[in-house]
Order: sequence, then C-alpha cells, then structure tokens
Amino acid sequence: MSVYINKDTKVLVQGITGSTALFHTKQMLEYGTKIVAGVTPGKGGTEVEGVPVFNTVEDAVKATGANVSVIYVPAPFAADAILEAVEAELDMAICITEHIPVLDMVKVKRYMEGKKTRLVGPNCPGVITPDECKIGIMPGYIHKKGHVGVVSRSGTLTYEATHQLSEEGIGQSTAVGIGGDPVNGTNFIDVLKEFNEDEDTYAVVMIGEIGGTAEEEAAEWVKANMTKPVVGFIGGQTAPEGKRMGHAGAIISGGKGTAADKIKAMNEAGIEVADTPSVIGETLIKVIKEKGLYDACKTH
Amino acid sequence: MNIHEYQGKQVLKQYGVSVPEGHVAFSPEEAVKAAKELGSDVVVVKAQIHAGGRGKAGGVKLAKNLDEVREYAKELLGKVLVTHQTGPEGKEVKRLYIEAGSNIEKEYYLGLVLDRETSLVNLMGSEEGGVDIEEVAANTPERIFYEAIDPVVGLTGFQARRLAFNMNIPAKLVNKAAKLMLGLYQAYIEKDAAIVEINPLVVTGDGQVVALDAKFNFDANALARHPDIMEMRDYDEEDAKEIEASKYDLSYISLDGNIGCMVNGAGLAMATMDTINYYGGSPANFLDVGGGATAEKVTEAFKIILSDKNVKGIFVNIFGGIMKCDIIAEGVIQAAKEVDLEVPLVVRLEGTNVEIGKKLLNESGLNIVAAGTMADGAKQIVELVG
Repeated sequence: MSVYINKDTKVLVQGITGSTALFHTKQMLEYGTKIVAGVTPGKGGTEVEGVPVFNTVEDAVKATGANVSVIYVPAPFAADAILEAVEAELDMAICITEHIPVLDMVKVKRYMEGKKTRLVGPNCPGVITPDECKIGIMPGYIHKKGHVGVVSRSGTLTYEATHQLSEEGIGQSTAVGIGGDPVNGTNFIDVLKEFNEDEDTYAVVMIGEIGGTAEEEAAEWVKANMTKPVVGFIGGQTAPEGKRMGHAGAIISGGKGTAADKIKAMNEAGIEVADTPSVIGETLIKVIKEKGLYDACKTH
Repeated sequence: MNIHEYQGKQVLKQYGVSVPEGHVAFSPEEAVKAAKELGSDVVVVKAQIHAGGRGKAGGVKLAKNLDEVREYAKELLGKVLVTHQTGPEGKEVKRLYIEAGSNIEKEYYLGLVLDRETSLVNLMGSEEGGVDIEEVAANTPERIFYEAIDPVVGLTGFQARRLAFNMNIPAKLVNKAAKLMLGLYQAYIEKDAAIVEINPLVVTGDGQVVALDAKFNFDANALARHPDIMEMRDYDEEDAKEIEASKYDLSYISLDGNIGCMVNGAGLAMATMDTINYYGGSPANFLDVGGGATAEKVTEAFKIILSDKNVKGIFVNIFGGIMKCDIIAEGVIQAAKEVDLEVPLVVRLEGTNVEIGKKLLNESGLNIVAAGTMADGAKQIVELVG
C-alpha cells in the first residue's frame, strides 16, 4: 500500500513538449511510471517518447483514462493548466511549476472548493511511491520501497532526508512534496491523515520551513490524532527576518512563523526535531528503535 | 519588489484614491520649484527610501516657506537615515517628495495582505493610525479589524463600509472611505501587489479621506506582466549583488558572514546556512541556483559570491533533482578558472549524474575538497576558513 499514487496510476503530462517536461517524462518512463498521455495545445496528434499528445486535458482523459496529471507548464500559464485539470475531474493534479503569481493561486484555490481534484504543489518536486510510480522531478534511485512516509515543503531537502533513510536501509511508503509557496493545494495535515490511515506506513518524516503556521497546525493535529511516530526538521533556523529566501512562503514576518515557534509546537506534540538536516535519518532511526518499529521498517 | 512612496501614490491616483498633490525632487532647486508649483502654505519634505519609520528617523519635515524647503532639502539629500526597517547601516536619501500639507483631523491605518491560512486577501483597518501597526497587533489586537475578500466577487461595498464603521471613521465620511478602499483593492489586484499599506490614512478638516502615505510591495513572480511597475524599480535601493543575481534568475541574498554558499533549492539552501551556523561558521549569502541552471548560470553565481570581499571560503552543496551534477561541476570548473580562485572550495555533490560530476571535478586539476555529506562539507569549510 501507499498513499495517493501506485502502480495503477495513469499519468498525464501537461506541457509535455517543453524541455524540462521532456527530460522528466523520459526519467519517469524509465522508472516505470505509466504515462498514458501528454497535453500541449496545438501539438495534438503527435507523439513524444511513444506517448500520445492531445490538445486538451479533456481529450486526453477521454482517450486514455488518465487519472493523475503532472504540470510542467510555464508559470504565466500554469494556473490555467491547473484549472483545466480540475475541470476534467482528475483525481489529482501535481504542479511542479515554480514562480506562479500568488494571486493566480488565490483564484485557483477558490475555484477548487468542492471539486473532486486534489492539487499537490505548486513549486514542488512531486510524489513518489518507490518501485511503483514516480511523478515529478525527484531522482528516482535514492528512494527505496518501504514503510516510512515523507512529507515536505522543500524539494531538495526531501531528497536529502530520503537519501539518508535509504542509505540506512529504511525504505519509504510514499514521499510527498507539498511545495514552498504560500498558497498551495495539499498541506501537511492532508498528507499526515493519509499516512495515519495507510497500513503500510509505520512512521513519518515531516520537513517544514520558516514562514506561515502550517507546521504549528500540523503539530496540533498530530498531538490529537496521529497514532504513528513522527520526526521532523525545520529549515531556515538562521534566516534573517523579512528576507525572502527563494521560497515565497519562507519569510518570517511580524515575529510569526519562526523556526523556534515551530520546533516548540512540534516538540509539544511529541515530534522529535532533528538539529541539522544531516541527522534526519539518524533521528528517525532512534525514534523507531524506541517504539520497537526498527525491524519492521528495515527493508534492505 | 518595493517602490517609493511617490510612485505608490501615482499608482493609487490611477485608481481614484485621493492623495495630496506632490512632486519628486532630486536636488534642493527641484524641491523649491516643486514647492512653488504646489503653491500651498505648508509643504512636507519627505525623504524617499524603501523603508518605513522615516518620520521617527527625521526624514519628514514640515516647511512653512520656500527657504525652509531649500534648507530641509539640503539637509535630507545625501543623509543616511536609520529606521527600524533599514538595519543599523541605514539608507542614503537620494530622492525627496515635496507634497502639499494636509489639515489632519485624525489618522487611521489601512492595509491589504494575503492571509496564508485561508488563502484569501484580507483588508485590515484600524483607528490606531500613524503608529507601528505591529505594536498595535501585539498589544491591542482587538483594535485591528479584518475583511476577508472572496476573489470571485472582490471587495464588496458592504465590507468596505463595515470596516470603515469599525474603524470609527465619521459616519458622514464612511462612503468616501469605502470608495477609497475599493480603489485600493482594485490597485492591489490589477498590479499584483503582495502588500499595500496606507499608514496613515487621514480624515482632513475639510472632510476628505486621503492616503497620506503609500507603501507597495509587488509579487516578484508577476512583475513580467506589469512593465509600468517594473519601470519604477530603483536600483539604488537594492543590493548590487542581488541585482546582478536576478539578471541570471539566481536567488541571492547578502548576509554578514564569510562562507559563500551555492546550493540548489531554497529549502536545502536555508538548511545549508543552518548547518554552517551549527558548526560555528557564518554564511556570507543565501544562493539558490534553482532548477534548469546552465554552466553559464553557475559561473555567474560563482562570480557574484566572489565579488563579496568578506568571502573567505565557498561551500557548494548540490543535491541533483532538476539539477544535473555534471552541469554544476562544469560551471564550478569554468568559474574557478575564470576568476582565479584563491579561497578554499568545498564541494558536495549528490543526485542525478553524480558520478560524471565528481569525475569532472577530480580531473579538473583544481584544488577542490570533496565532501561526502552536507554536515561533512559544512564542517570542512568552517575549519578551512578558520
């Protein structure tokens, strides 16, 4: 088992003919992801990497039964691409694109209320269920199949954590990058709920960063509901106030969203927080040993 | 991106928001000419810098005649203002705004900002105007009122009136205040602002509702669709290295330390800074080379890091996802050759094409310390810098 995606997921690539999308389409196909369609307006009827290209998401879904879309469309048009995926009633739209204007996302978020589609991202690395389905831009080889769920606001920091786990013989059930933007689709609590209910996930790594209060809210939820151990890390502990460090979401303003607040909230919820990103794996192993879950989590 | 007060007021005027008459001036002569044109008894000479708290720092002067205008203009131009938002180094005043004086009856606060918890833009207002709103929020939060705005219908008339009543704006001026709020919201949405603050908003003796200050911050991701706003960018107000970086789509922020950092991904870049600090070092910058970087981009990133004279060593930390390690390696080698690298360089590579990347570095003949992990790399660079 896993969350959100598995070997049966039929993937559609929006913006498939762009250079980034092409590179990652190849990588995903090599990993074994079932990519059934691509969409680029005006390129319908062509084929890339053996994948049929359609003019609209609607056409692609009708012809192929795709149920999850991954979006590589350039920022000025990405919000529209998300709306198209939502209107086509896909189960999930995973938006990799970064630099989408935030007011575009405010409209998208409002449009999505009550709709079927779950949005992951934007500005995220994607979702991977090791050995089954890789959707996004993460390097596949660092992931190993197993029982630890990973959820993170940062792409490369997720790779860092996952790599440590795999090196220590701890595989992952699913890794979900929720993205670093202030307005996004899926939040920590959504993913934690899924991991809590997933029979094959025994423990969770949660990687947050400064800015906003999503980590504090997630900590509250964990305290009240989570039955599985969670360890964490917060990036940006030494970032100065008021500076935008790449992720539009990672700004401390008015004393809100500091690393200290987040770590305190997480500790109070029983979440052990790693001091540096290099010991996220170690911290998880320590905790699962204490809970007697180490042998069950050791996959290779 | 920030703009000056006078530019903010130009934007507001386009949306029917009442602002006092005024002109920008770059010299005392221009200041006097501007004051003459205004023809009002009292004019305000206002320093234009990209920071709040100018009044308290002595950057706003009331002049009763043209001699005083000249005197204050001379005093302020070239002066370094230190406010709670500039940092201890302050900011040099290079532009003035000469504005007609207003007969202020009462000051209020108005602001528009995105609320991340609800993903909705909020209009906030308070009777506590002309003071630091963050102090009001901390000490008397009940004195700030909010209206959450549905993006489908926008700010509605009743919401604007409700806020005006809550702010205790005199009943006979509520409609004028509401009209101003609707214009302000329109400006925020149409120009893709991230923050707009009017502090103070004032009610005048002759029954007008006027924006006496205007602070705009725009969403950097939306600037491409607003050439008019981009033209307002004042490079004097920004860090030269940050400007250079933005030309190459690099996300760079100057810091006070001596270890230059080049990392891919914002989260990993922040975590790298944290790790350097953890081992007792101090980063000189935040630099995210982002996805889709080319060898040229990496070379430029290297040059920008080295243009900071405080840099005593460089730590490159790359976990390839979008980034391919061989491209980073090529860029590092090219840059090190071009700039004649004299400071220690620690490189940690992991991810896509890592073996090719490492091979390129090893065969380059350059003095590069290879690190196995981020912690190892951070430790090594801290030791090398000493």
